[in-house]
Amino acid sequence: MRDASPAKTYALHIGVIALLFALNFVLPDYHQGLFARIMALAVFAMGYNLLFGYVGLLSLGHAMFFSAGLYGAGLTVYHLGWGVPEAFVAGVACGALLALVIGLLALRTSGVAFMIVTMMFAQVFYLLVLYFAAWTGGDQGLVIQQASRVVSIGGASFDLTDPTVRYMSALALFAIVLLVTLAIVRSRFGRVLVAIRENEERTKMLGYDTVANKLAAVVASGAICAASGAAYALLFGYVGSNFASIQYSILPLLWVLLGGAATTLGPLIGTLFMYYVTDITSGFTSAYLLIVGVALILLVLFAPKGIMGSIRERWLGWLP
Amino acid sequence: MADKNGFFDLSKTTLSRRTALKGIAAGAGLALAPGFVRYSQAQSSAPIRIGFQSHRTGIGAAYGRWYEKTSAAAVKAINDAGGIGGRKVELVIEDDGTDPARGAEVVNKFAKQHKTDIVFGTLFSHVVIGSAPAAGENKIPYFVVSEGHHVASTKLNRYVFQPGITDVKSQIQSMAPWIAANAGKKVTQIFPDFAFGYDHRDYLPPALKAQGADVIAQIAIPPTESSFTKYFPQIPAETEVIYHVMVGPAVLTFVKELGEFYGSQRPQLFGFMDSLEATDINSPGLEFLDGSHFWEGSPRYAQPDDSAAQKAYRAAVGIDDNGAAVGDPKDVSTASHMFGCWETLYVVKKAMEDAGYKGPEDRAKLVEATEALKEFAEGPEHPQGPKTFNGKIHQCFGIQNISKVEGGKLKVVHKTKIEDGLYEPEGDYTKQAL
Repeated sequence: MRDASPAKTYALHIGVIALLFALNFVLPDYHQGLFARIMALAVFAMGYNLLFGYVGLLSLGHAMFFSAGLYGAGLTVYHLGWGVPEAFVAGVACGALLALVIGLLALRTSGVAFMIVTMMFAQVFYLLVLYFAAWTGGDQGLVIQQASRVVSIGGASFDLTDPTVRYMSALALFAIVLLVTLAIVRSRFGRVLVAIRENEERTKMLGYDTVANKLAAVVASGAICAASGAAYALLFGYVGSNFASIQYSILPLLWVLLGGAATTLGPLIGTLFMYYVTDITSGFTSAYLLIVGVALILLVLFAPKGIMGSIRERWLGWLP
Repeated sequence: MADKNGFFDLSKTTLSRRTALKGIAAGAGLALAPGFVRYSQAQSSAPIRIGFQSHRTGIGAAYGRWYEKTSAAAVKAINDAGGIGGRKVELVIEDDGTDPARGAEVVNKFAKQHKTDIVFGTLFSHVVIGSAPAAGENKIPYFVVSEGHHVASTKLNRYVFQPGITDVKSQIQSMAPWIAANAGKKVTQIFPDFAFGYDHRDYLPPALKAQGADVIAQIAIPPTESSFTKYFPQIPAETEVIYHVMVGPAVLTFVKELGEFYGSQRPQLFGFMDSLEATDINSPGLEFLDGSHFWEGSPRYAQPDDSAAQKAYRAAVGIDDNGAAVGDPKDVSTASHMFGCWETLYVVKKAMEDAGYKGPEDRAKLVEATEALKEFAEGPEHPQGPKTFNGKIHQCFGIQNISKVEGGKLKVVHKTKIEDGLYEPEGDYTKQAL
């Protein structure tokens, strides 16, 4: 990665946010809704990318962090009648706390063992969601009623079920996480994470506490994924165990691989691409997953670093 | 270049201002006319578009395929008889992958992109519950054929209806009198350890208690289990009836292992046909079920006393006397549930005609007209049997069948009454704003 002036980098990212803002006014209704969902889930992918792309830790259990946020926010609204802001904070806190505990245990391993351990913890989380079905709604899930999804700030109230409010809320979260991720990546901490990915032993030898740095990355990643889950519950009004299943641990990996691991904009591009390929092809054939699979294979063959990774490699070396 | 005959010589033509204005006016009229004609047609004779949220892929695919067949047959029958309010009906199908997140997107797609009049046809409960918020937000009526208790629980919203199939709470409750009187008073339940099983776990004991019978053990089997023998010693020795509702591909193993465990000396067996929908009852390993009883929504096998409406329905959908596709005996239908698609579409027809439905602007009227429905008489529109409809909880209640496995077929031995399945409403959707 060649260094670019911070102004150029920030201008690009703010430009992307501005473009998404403008799209709210031109997108047809259906696509406006789809983009809101994509932005909320791109946050999940960005959280995953922080750990996978920058630290090189491949987790197969991130569904548990997303779901911790989903249930942390959803259940406090459903059972305790909390307001949207408090529920969102509760969701993020649940994810961060879970990530701290899982990180302390799972970081005792590395490589394939880390994958297996994270996957097993996620499976435990999934089965716990089913076990406590009386509270979680189990595999059927729960609906967060429209009336509970209204934010009152001062005298104004914002209904998260309104398409524009929902789009702007998803964009706000996306923008904050994108800029935070960018700041992390450009910071000393971010460079240490990349150093750990490239050569952990050498980083350790240089005097860095690699375990503490990796743990911080796991917690940051878990908190970001939980923010995505909490937003998903509050914006779309449904919490269910399928979001804790293995499928939702694999999806962020696919989105990140497609978009480009260790690129700040890759997660958005990957999520967008996968969603639209599925949406468009499912209109023509029930074998749309086959088409998604072929698209993935082609990308791995011809652009193994993902879309943004390949752009960085071939044309824009300064992309963060 | 000038033409010798003056054919292209514009200087020779005369075009007054008046003629020009007439021409422009006529041109504008012509340009607008087709659009105007289209617009007036859209109000009167454009088809009614029904968004069909289908489980084409994922765990519900076998059901999805038969739901599509049944719905297509019902739409053909409705159109052949003049449509809804004189307008043809058109199904717009989208696959939800039997996934709740995708299901919500599909509902959005119907409402905002396809601009269908309603959404219809969902079976799996988690997809219904995941999609319901999207239906409420788009204010688009959502007619499901799921049998889950979620609609009647009044935990969804005012736009979700289940008018074509009885919910599982009612089904279970209406089985209890027959079980207590004919099968035995000491019942052990074996059910999958997730929501579908919990409905049976929670609703059967009080229903049996009311009939003087008891559930003496409840054995929940984790969804990941592929072998069941280790659970069978938990069945109390005094058990008179085993009530089983295992579902999914492990059912064949479950029945086979239960047969090996008991041999010829077994308690009575009572199950729900959900376990064996789209599965041949004569599959190897299922011999142990011979002589046992099942709940059926609508009988899979043709019965000697089938009504003319039932016969016509089976012919229209294309199932033979064994409940398999005509011409393909291995393609077994999901007869216990799919009739709900047929009946729901006729309820939609009735409610739209009652509401004087013209287009999406009348969706609120359609909701109110559906809520006003009370009864559906048995006949070509409701071949499974008569039903009552409770507009406050958006749920219908019908008769249920209890069938015995005899000689590789299912023979209906008892039909319940509608009253057997009625319960106190748990809420009132009509109090919610439209």
